[in-house]
Amino acid sequence: MTRRPMALVIAAPGTNRDGDVSLALELAGAEPRRTLVGELADDPDLLTRSDLVVVAGGFSYADALGAGRLFALELERILADRLPAAVERGVPVLGICNGFQTLVRLGLLPGADRRVALGHNLSGRFDCRWVRLAPVSQRCVWTRGLDDDIDCPIAHGEGRFVCDDATWDELVANDQLALIYRDHNPNGSRGDVAGICDPTGLVLGLMPHPENHVLPRQHPRRHRPDHHEGRSGLALFRQGVAHVGA
Amino acid sequence: MSPPTVASTTVVASRQVLEIRARDHDARARELLVDAHDLGVTALHEIRLGELIVVEGLLDDATRAALDAVLVDPLLQIGTWNPPPVTPTDDLHIVEATRLPGVTDPVTAELIGVIRRRGLPLDAVAAVTRYELVGPLTAADVDWLSAKLLTNPIIERASRGRPVAVTMQRSHHEHQGVTGDVEYLPIDAHTTTDQLEAWNTQRGLALDAAELEAVRAYFVHEGRHPTDVEVEMLAQTWSEHCSHKTFRAEISVNGEPRPGSLLGQLRDSTETLAAPYVVSAFVGNAGIVSFVPGETLALKCETHNHPSAVEPFGGANTGVGGVIRDILGAAHTPIACTNIVCFGPPDTDPADLPEGVFHPRRVRGGVIAGIADYGNKIGLPTVAGAVLYDEGYLANPLVYAGCIGLTHDYEAMAAPRPGDRVIVMGGRTGRDGLRGATFSSMTMDATTGDVAGASVQIGDPIVEKLLIDVLRDARHLYRSITDCGAGGLSSAVGEMAEGVGAEVEVSELPLKYPGLSPWEVWLSEAQERMVLAVPPHQLDALAQRCRHHGVEWTDIGHFTGDGRLVVRSHGTVVVDLDTEFLHNGRPRRHLEAHLPAPDRRQDAGTPSTIAAIPPSQLLLQLLAHPNLCSRADVVHRYDHEIGGATVVRPLVGVQGDGHGDGVVLAEPQARHGVAIGVGVNPWFGLHDPERMALAAIDEAMRNVVAVGADPDRVALLDNFSWGNPRRPSTLGDLVAAVEGCVTGAHAFGAPFVSGKDSLNNEFTGADRQRQAVPPTLVITAVAHVPDADATVTADAKRAGNLLVLLGDTSDEWAGSHAALIAGVGETPVVVPAFDTISPQRYRAVHRLIANGRVAACHDVSEGGLAVAVAEMAIGGRLGVRFAAVEAAEMHAWLFAESTGRLIVEIAPEQLGDLRAWVPGTVTVVGELTHDPVLTLPDGTDVDLDAVRRAWEAHR
Repeated sequence: MTRRPMALVIAAPGTNRDGDVSLALELAGAEPRRTLVGELADDPDLLTRSDLVVVAGGFSYADALGAGRLFALELERILADRLPAAVERGVPVLGICNGFQTLVRLGLLPGADRRVALGHNLSGRFDCRWVRLAPVSQRCVWTRGLDDDIDCPIAHGEGRFVCDDATWDELVANDQLALIYRDHNPNGSRGDVAGICDPTGLVLGLMPHPENHVLPRQHPRRHRPDHHEGRSGLALFRQGVAHVGA
Repeated sequence: MSPPTVASTTVVASRQVLEIRARDHDARARELLVDAHDLGVTALHEIRLGELIVVEGLLDDATRAALDAVLVDPLLQIGTWNPPPVTPTDDLHIVEATRLPGVTDPVTAELIGVIRRRGLPLDAVAAVTRYELVGPLTAADVDWLSAKLLTNPIIERASRGRPVAVTMQRSHHEHQGVTGDVEYLPIDAHTTTDQLEAWNTQRGLALDAAELEAVRAYFVHEGRHPTDVEVEMLAQTWSEHCSHKTFRAEISVNGEPRPGSLLGQLRDSTETLAAPYVVSAFVGNAGIVSFVPGETLALKCETHNHPSAVEPFGGANTGVGGVIRDILGAAHTPIACTNIVCFGPPDTDPADLPEGVFHPRRVRGGVIAGIADYGNKIGLPTVAGAVLYDEGYLANPLVYAGCIGLTHDYEAMAAPRPGDRVIVMGGRTGRDGLRGATFSSMTMDATTGDVAGASVQIGDPIVEKLLIDVLRDARHLYRSITDCGAGGLSSAVGEMAEGVGAEVEVSELPLKYPGLSPWEVWLSEAQERMVLAVPPHQLDALAQRCRHHGVEWTDIGHFTGDGRLVVRSHGTVVVDLDTEFLHNGRPRRHLEAHLPAPDRRQDAGTPSTIAAIPPSQLLLQLLAHPNLCSRADVVHRYDHEIGGATVVRPLVGVQGDGHGDGVVLAEPQARHGVAIGVGVNPWFGLHDPERMALAAIDEAMRNVVAVGADPDRVALLDNFSWGNPRRPSTLGDLVAAVEGCVTGAHAFGAPFVSGKDSLNNEFTGADRQRQAVPPTLVITAVAHVPDADATVTADAKRAGNLLVLLGDTSDEWAGSHAALIAGVGETPVVVPAFDTISPQRYRAVHRLIANGRVAACHDVSEGGLAVAVAEMAIGGRLGVRFAAVEAAEMHAWLFAESTGRLIVEIAPEQLGDLRAWVPGTVTVVGELTHDPVLTLPDGTDVDLDAVRRAWEAHR
């Protein structure tokens, strides 16, 4: 039996989907290890012992100064360049929802200088509903080779993907648009973008919550007679885990 | 994009302002503009918002750059340092608002965190919201908009036309202790009744003459004057909110004393039922049940009505926070939240609003945002609920907040032992929420908002989230625990010390700001605090957990064993009370009740006003009614997915927009689950409170049975929101409703395990007319679901299947929505009677669902059969061909709201078994069709699209 890859799940005060994503990682074959930023400050080398890194969703620091901003500031202060160094070593990094917002603010997505942002939903409201995602990037290690769409919920108020034209062209050319909303764009994101990756394909950020669709019974239409199991969010986590297991 | 413009690069050591504006898509400004137009202010053309961050200190380039980086996202926002002042004109009006000192403000709190962690040389910060109103408005228009829509004096300071004065929050605060002195009140044997009453009014104690006399007698016996802290503490402990005087009172009905009390009646019924799964009922912070060995659930539902009336966001926000703490105080981990909210009609003419009352749209907006903010941020799914509108809620909106907790290491709460430490954990103490318990026990009028200022707070869900994390799996570290709710430490420590006694010192408590006197510290209802009794040897382990999660805690003293509660401030005794007197010294109340005499005659027929409306038209009118229309826009604002346990949702069907019944939660790795259902019908209550109670229980039961729960493993919660119980007819309604509760609990074998009453929900208008809420009893049913995979939803599934009605329909129209729309004229009307076959029927339905025989199941309630069928059709995007019925029975069949009825969808070949299994009346309603049309029994076709349009039209 091979060792299960260690997945570091980072949480700040107000992070609240760390438990959900830990379950998803476990079901995908990883060994999740939850850590608080304070704990990470005491032992920043936790990061160097990790095979995968996940920045979990929630409302870090109440999102009081803008979603993910303080979380990014703290990670920068505590980890300095350890996170970019981990990516250089080939460690896949995943940021979901607030984690995505944090990675953008950290400058890890879509790359060096910050040219994208996640603004308030066009509706102006927090919105929780199920969406369908098309995993399209073959560069991104988390979505590469996924044939099936993913059904999962969104739960955010600030998820509208925004970028300038030059950045957009670059993201398209580099195959960095990782996940696209199918059928319904819930927040007004440019080009229906739900998630993007960095130029290496190792770092993925997405607004929806694939960790909330890892069991068939979590699907909202599973009582429908024509429903077929599948489109599980687990597929995405398995890709990430398989990448480091390979 | 450009970096924030900088007026000067020189270092300035003074006050500076960073203005932040949205580049585009300012959704909040857009929404405010719509709201202003709804309020009739059409001269307003545009609203622009600016957030101002005010800082004091050494603002060098590096500091400025650091603040820019944190506060301004150049893709989304424009940041400007020290912008030129905006000069108001006839077409441009300025309103600015800033939070009052001590009111939770996450912006300044987090900014101070940044300043400290990064060591920025800034001394103080403040935050201001600026509203720029464009359009030819008068000063009176602007003031009116400010008061009705933009700002709230309860939590904010506002100004028009000039900068608002800010209170700078110091970024490096020194230790801030309790400073004020204790005051002795000269109450003794010679104090007259009038003088006592004067104290009562002056301090807002809300005690009656007999209670004041008991206080005086106690201190005369003690041979000394009471302190202000003691008197305030007694008033809180003896308040209606904390001691349930009415539910414990001796009540005379039409002059005849009734044995026991209302609370005793409910408790006795639970004891008589002796359900094996009840672990603890009507004790402590929540009811506790165990449906599965090794797992317990804690259940609680609370009201937060008065606070939500004067500050809708904060009131609802802290209502959710409070009920979550109740679950923590029952030593369980919260897993889900519920809410029921009641508002005045959304189309109320703003000119008709009583003075001091917010428009229902603003109340609704604030309440829903407040619930969403707390639940979403703390990370609990908000799963079940209801939204009700009625004129009776115009000045008295109701907010019921519920929470469920789960644990695998339940241990009954033990009394603190002498030597155990008294630990206060969580948020800091401030002047917030003072006298909240007495405030909530009083009737409101136009000035209530002004005097109640300190009674309402904004919650801090992140701090409470950390409390959940600290207390998870920590049961072995403490002897007992309770939350700091109404009455603050006074109630929490007072309750824990009952019979044991405690000695505490309050001067060491961390405060939000200096200058609090001892009674304010002791009574403060600052949110997000818990009190624990901790054996000394566990203190280190608990402290380590707190450090790990970043939670503040203070050891304020110990439990003694002598039965006295002694509180000191800087060593001076400010409270020295016998806990026996504190908890049992209140004289019992005697109240008079006049029982209602509802009309209950049978076969009164269909009122002609209802029969005159063609069925297709009445159906569309009902679907468009605010109480029945689509709830999608509210439901989507709550995170109902977090935790991954939500397996039957509030919205169901092909497009996830059909109304469901109960919800089902199942922990990801468990086979079983728990269903939550709600029953409420105040319109029945106006006519027949006893039948209303039975109907509410029946509805809550139907809601859980319809999704697959076992009707023989159900626990119930009762929440009464009523008017002033000193009015004999109001109390009589309450007595009748409690009778109905007891009858219903016995009929279903479903025990009540917890409850709460909120009385005095009345408002005295300028015309001295008192407006009370309609009798509003909310029943929550929490039920065991043996197999989370054997559940069903309400959306219609397959063309060719049959819809079958289980139960009887009669001409019972009182309180029905058809009657609300049509009026009933002179026709006698009755509230639907309880169907005694219901319990057997629901057992049969559960068996059918467990055996996979049922494709869909839906409860028939407001709007009757036609509305229930339309909801199933919308969910499944299918049509329905109704079976014919006799013309004379048509309206009752389609629109009466008789209780005890469920619709099931079955394959045609199941009909024989269905008839064999289900007792009582079984009637085929119609057949599902691919064609998206409802063909009513009179042959009229209603297009499903038209049905959906009517249903979704309301805002």
